[in-house]
Amino acid sequence: MALITGYLVQGGQMLLILLLAPLITGWVRTLKAQLLCRRGPSLLQPYRDLRKLLRKDVVLAGSASWLFRVAPYLIFAAIWVAAALVPTFASGLPFSWTADLIAIVALLGTARFFLALAGLDTGTSFGGIGASREMMIASLAEPAMLMMVFTLSLLAGTTELSAVAQFMLTADVGLRVSLALALLALVMVAIAENARIPVDNPATHLELTMVHEAMVLEYSGRHLALIELAASLKLLLYLSLLSCIFVPWGMTTAGEDLTAYLTGIAAYLAKLGLGGFLLALFETGIAKMRVFRVDQFLGAALMLGLLGALLLFVSRSL
Amino acid sequence: MHSLEFDIAHFLAGSMVVISLLLLYQDRLYALLKVFALHSLALTLAVGWQAYIQEAHHLYVTAGIALIFKAIVIPAALYRIVRRLGIHRTLEVVGGVGRDMLAGAALVALAILVMLPVTAGTDAVAREDLAFALAVVLLGLLLMVNRHNAVSLVIGFMSLENGLVLAAAGARGMPLAVEISVAFSVLIALIVIGIFLFRIRERFDSVDMQAMDAFRGERRR
Amino acid sequence: MPLPLLLSLSMILLAIGLYAILASRRASCSRQIYGISLVICVILLGMALTHLLNAAAPVTLTLPLGLPWLGAHFRLDALSAFFLIVVNLGGAVASLFALGYGQHEPAPGRVLPFYPAFLADMNLVLLADDAFTFLFAWEFMSLSSWALVMAHHREPANARAGYLYLVMACLGTLALLLAFGLLAGANGGYDFATIRTVEMTPGLAALALILALIGTGSKAGLVPLHVWLPLAHPAAPSHVSALMSGVMTKVAVYGFIRIVFDLLGEPVAWWWGGLVLALGGITAVLGVLYALMQHDLKRLLAYHTVENIGIIFIGLGLALAFQSNQMYASAALALTAALFHVLNHSLFKSLLFMGTGAVLTATGERDMERLGGLIHPMPWTALAFLIGAAAISALPPLNGFVSEWLTFQAILLTPELPQWLLKFLAPAAGALLALSAALAAACFVKAFGITFLGRPRSPAAAKAQETDRYSLAALFSLAALCLLAGILPGLVVDGLSPAVGLLNGGAQLPAQQSQPWLTLVPVADVKSSYNGLLVLLFMALSGIFAAVSIHRFASNSVRRSPAWDCGFPNASPAAQYTAGSFAQPIRRVFGSVVFQAREHVTMPPPGDGRAAQFAVQLRDPVWDCGYAPLTAAIIKISTKLNYLQYLTIRQYLSLVFGALVLLLLGIALWR
Repeated sequence: MALITGYLVQGGQMLLILLLAPLITGWVRTLKAQLLCRRGPSLLQPYRDLRKLLRKDVVLAGSASWLFRVAPYLIFAAIWVAAALVPTFASGLPFSWTADLIAIVALLGTARFFLALAGLDTGTSFGGIGASREMMIASLAEPAMLMMVFTLSLLAGTTELSAVAQFMLTADVGLRVSLALALLALVMVAIAENARIPVDNPATHLELTMVHEAMVLEYSGRHLALIELAASLKLLLYLSLLSCIFVPWGMTTAGEDLTAYLTGIAAYLAKLGLGGFLLALFETGIAKMRVFRVDQFLGAALMLGLLGALLLFVSRSL
Repeated sequence: MHSLEFDIAHFLAGSMVVISLLLLYQDRLYALLKVFALHSLALTLAVGWQAYIQEAHHLYVTAGIALIFKAIVIPAALYRIVRRLGIHRTLEVVGGVGRDMLAGAALVALAILVMLPVTAGTDAVAREDLAFALAVVLLGLLLMVNRHNAVSLVIGFMSLENGLVLAAAGARGMPLAVEISVAFSVLIALIVIGIFLFRIRERFDSVDMQAMDAFRGERRR
Repeated sequence: MPLPLLLSLSMILLAIGLYAILASRRASCSRQIYGISLVICVILLGMALTHLLNAAAPVTLTLPLGLPWLGAHFRLDALSAFFLIVVNLGGAVASLFALGYGQHEPAPGRVLPFYPAFLADMNLVLLADDAFTFLFAWEFMSLSSWALVMAHHREPANARAGYLYLVMACLGTLALLLAFGLLAGANGGYDFATIRTVEMTPGLAALALILALIGTGSKAGLVPLHVWLPLAHPAAPSHVSALMSGVMTKVAVYGFIRIVFDLLGEPVAWWWGGLVLALGGITAVLGVLYALMQHDLKRLLAYHTVENIGIIFIGLGLALAFQSNQMYASAALALTAALFHVLNHSLFKSLLFMGTGAVLTATGERDMERLGGLIHPMPWTALAFLIGAAAISALPPLNGFVSEWLTFQAILLTPELPQWLLKFLAPAAGALLALSAALAAACFVKAFGITFLGRPRSPAAAKAQETDRYSLAALFSLAALCLLAGILPGLVVDGLSPAVGLLNGGAQLPAQQSQPWLTLVPVADVKSSYNGLLVLLFMALSGIFAAVSIHRFASNSVRRSPAWDCGFPNASPAAQYTAGSFAQPIRRVFGSVVFQAREHVTMPPPGDGRAAQFAVQLRDPVWDCGYAPLTAAIIKISTKLNYLQYLTIRQYLSLVFGALVLLLLGIALWR
């Protein structure tokens, strides 16, 4: 019985994030608009966009191959699986041991790999420029992320995200500068990976500075819907990751009763709302940087991550 | 010792190292000054916390000096100097922030690597303070070596001095008189440097140290 | 008795090499040679597999060959069995591939005799149990592969590659010779059983380690000894390139493991691990950065081999560091990671080289700037190459990810080491490993994307045709193995256990087969686990869920239209992103520091009809800082010593006499 409930909760979490993802994107968009004293679209606009895109025909470029048509499904699947493995409202779900934090990072890498290939597939310069810049950004963001993982798992003694989250709730954590560095590095990586200002601008089209939008320029119809949904899921994934590692309070563990789950979900939603608000505030307050400043930004994230691991040796383990 | 006291001391001293690295990352003078003020603020908190856990009241005075002079007076004075010199728009021509940061991380590693084995067996707070202080000193030196602008040199020097104060506070040693005299000498150094900056500007129309190399009579043949 | 059979099969391989000399002019000869090689390799593979899986006791054999007082010793233990699997798996698939690919060989007489000999020599190196046989087989392996590199010797680049290879191979063998001399000690017992019992002083042992590192590292492609590798590996025919990159470098890794972990015994000093770890990290990042700067597909792959060797050596360095502190459980993890990566790299690198071979036969081009769009005429080759590219970029659920994950887990155990320097070196190595993995993904997006995607950039690429069935069978068998090793890593780890135990004083990883859902749990349940099977399953399920629900409930139609042209219709294929432009951001970020990359743009003024020019200048740091000063010094010294060539006969005699007296004096004083 407990097993079945566990599977149900796991499945429920997978569906929850899928349904929540466009809402978060809409939340951030609305907040950004209101911070700029515009009215902004409705919170539900991303859902409407998805519905509209799903109904439309796919217009394929003449030179597109089968890879171009398969890639959206692969990207979506990889990101959804990765997002489902991040604890949201409860830790210790039945399949939480399937992949650890390193594997989640690598799954995102799988999605990025195919997205970049899809960008190159049509043989236009826009896809190429997006793919090449995306890979440059990833070549620094991924190590920075892994260094953050390194710091966390040295501290928690595990790379399992569920176990890390549970460790963060104990008193052993303490106030460590390494954790602050890891948080900083993760935020910087999250901004870069989600194509947010100052690294990329999710709202521009047809500008030479854009990265993600340039890569998916040739996509249309249901393919574009999947890619947009995957992008929202990725944003949700990073927000969940930040909240489950650095603000794990309110999270329940698997096997609790329904009220515990409900409070867990409420706490999770509150954390997401706050995260979205901070993101909107940050994006409104800062200007986009040149592409060749991004490497310094992410290089700094990598160094912070590395420093976090080093400074760990000068903490309680003395 | 494994308690909140240690954690806070560790956190404050560690953030000084991080802010030192942030100093390396800045390429605008105003930003550099602001981050330096932050550095001094972190020093104030770190020393104040040391005063609290060691129950050494004279350290409160040290913290106060750090707050007033280093976090407020010196940055404000430099701010004015920069504005009057009209160099607030200059971008530092640095070889590459990436390389600086890499070197910085390596220096931090070196500092820890040197300090921890040497101080084995002593008090944990003193150990981590000393390790971080050495890191701050090394990073300050790196800043001084890597920058051309005279104002950045001054900042590098001041942040280095902050590291020394941190070491002194952690090592439960330095008497107050020494501390105060050091603080005043730094202040005098600031005045002297300030005057010099204007003199340099008058002579060379620039505060870029590279411009002065040409006048040493060695480089150009 | 497996050992005599293994040896006689290797001998048959040598014999068909001889037969090929006589018969290579006949058209059917190529099929015969590769067919027999395939069969023999499969038998050898099966025997090695049974030996390893049964965890059988080591078998030895002494033949009255070679040096009269020594004989030729052979031994089959778990370690050599594992590497026999790697060699013969690569050999079998390469032979299968060559059944089709070999038909296009312009000069079969230069390839066929050496190909089986090369396979036989690699087998013999793995079976050798004394220094003489080992070096003999090693040198034969170098020579036969050199002959294969020189197969198309009329191209000046190949001739230079062959020359450089020969020089580096000689240097490597010299270092190995000296290492064995040190290992054998004063009594000169050259069989490995005697060498294992010799007690060495720490200084001599360290010297032996460094010599072994030079000797085997030069063959494996460890920076800074890698310079020959990216020239020589691409020069050979593609199936031989696959063998050289995928398999021969592994034989070199075997040599290192055999000498350092087995013959030298327990590592004496902790800095051994640190040295190997640092070298591995630098090799990994430099290798992939070099690879990113290449436009020649085969050379890109060859440079990428350097990166993977770096990853293997990171694992080996960690194992040494753990062993020197008697942390055998952790050392078992690091060793497993390294050996797993040995297997993985042999799989995907062979796959990629053979895929390149298929492209080469279809288009006659290796230069990526003249390829493109090959996914349309060659969909199957493209699929196999894509799987290989994803595997080498360490993407789950394929195999490359598993070994890098294991390496990461091993790095995460390093804080328990007592030495501060090692504690600090390990996160740095972790950062380098992560950097190299991310750059590898960029590298293979470039390799696959520019070669197979987009529109054809040359007429040859436009007229390409799908490759033959043998080649496809070879490609897909490797791709399937990449996937299998990725989703069932527990089985591979269990298979590796006897070899790890042999090198690690009996300590090995806990058995993985009993884990639920075939999960990989290297240390403990609470620490880390990874399940490739479930990841694949979940990905497949959610992908199918998305596809089915979209096609059921949403639009299902597709229209074709030209790509968005930004208002410039009929853009030529040359306007696409090229390999050079794809790598430009990374070249600017990393290359400007590492390679001092400079871009020169010559833009004629308006009204001038000349074409604008763009040139990139890269400098090789290893060549500039290492080899160039070295060659300059050698030339300087040899010019100084030149006058020795113009002496009288009396002066020569007195030189010889003086040398003799000096040597005698030396002996007299030393004794």
